[in-house]
Amino acid sequence: MEEVKLHYDVNAYDFICAGEASGKLKRSLKDLGFDATLIRKVAIAVYEAEINMVIHAEGGVIDATITPEDITVVLADKGPGIPDIELAMKEGYSTAPENVRSLGFGAGMGLPNIKKYTDEMDIETEIGVGTTITLKIYNK
Amino acid sequence: MTVKEIVEILEGTIVYGEDFLDREVHTACGSDMMSDVLAYVKEQAVLLTGLVNPQVVRTAEMMDMKCIVFVRGKSPDIGMINLAEDRDIVLIKTDLEMFTSCGRLYAKGLRGGSGK
Repeated sequence: MEEVKLHYDVNAYDFICAGEASGKLKRSLKDLGFDATLIRKVAIAVYEAEINMVIHAEGGVIDATITPEDITVVLADKGPGIPDIELAMKEGYSTAPENVRSLGFGAGMGLPNIKKYTDEMDIETEIGVGTTITLKIYNK
Repeated sequence: MTVKEIVEILEGTIVYGEDFLDREVHTACGSDMMSDVLAYVKEQAVLLTGLVNPQVVRTAEMMDMKCIVFVRGKSPDIGMINLAEDRDIVLIKTDLEMFTSCGRLYAKGLRGGSGK
């Protein structure tokens, strides 16, 4: 398998379409023949991150690089940034507004879930500039 | 257990997926918090929820779930039905509450994601 690169745009505040990019990535990985559990890990992590982009940032872009060895996904937004990453990583901590909670998210499980399912997770964030999350999942 | 048996046990109706009634399911998860559902990577076949929005179908999609049961008489809208159709996910609705629905299915052999 050659290296495969995929790109998706995520729209701001579009709760109907949130998850569309993760779903497309999931179907592409299935077509490429990856293991179901590995695909589910990638799908969950990217879906949570995509939801975060829609909730907290004004949308953004997702770029995935797929090789037989690993899957790397970079999610970049131009949102408000994360003031305290350590706090944001804590299970149960959430700054999501009530309308987001009524959608079944905002329980403070997003970033912990992402970390749980990825082998490498890197967050670069700057207040007022944006956040870039890089996720890597090994195919083992 | 089959999807057809779930419909019978919960005295429910099929909203979408008449063609998939013979699907075998062994595990389930009941929650209105989608992040809780996403916290377990192990395959779970059925999602019981009182939440009605497209993210319920998308969560089921990410988790490779085969069937969603809407409890407390909740009905999915046409957008959700279209999404489920596109992803081959069965939609069932029941007037029973979450607790009763989970209890009935558990009593008939359906288990949580951990197998317990």
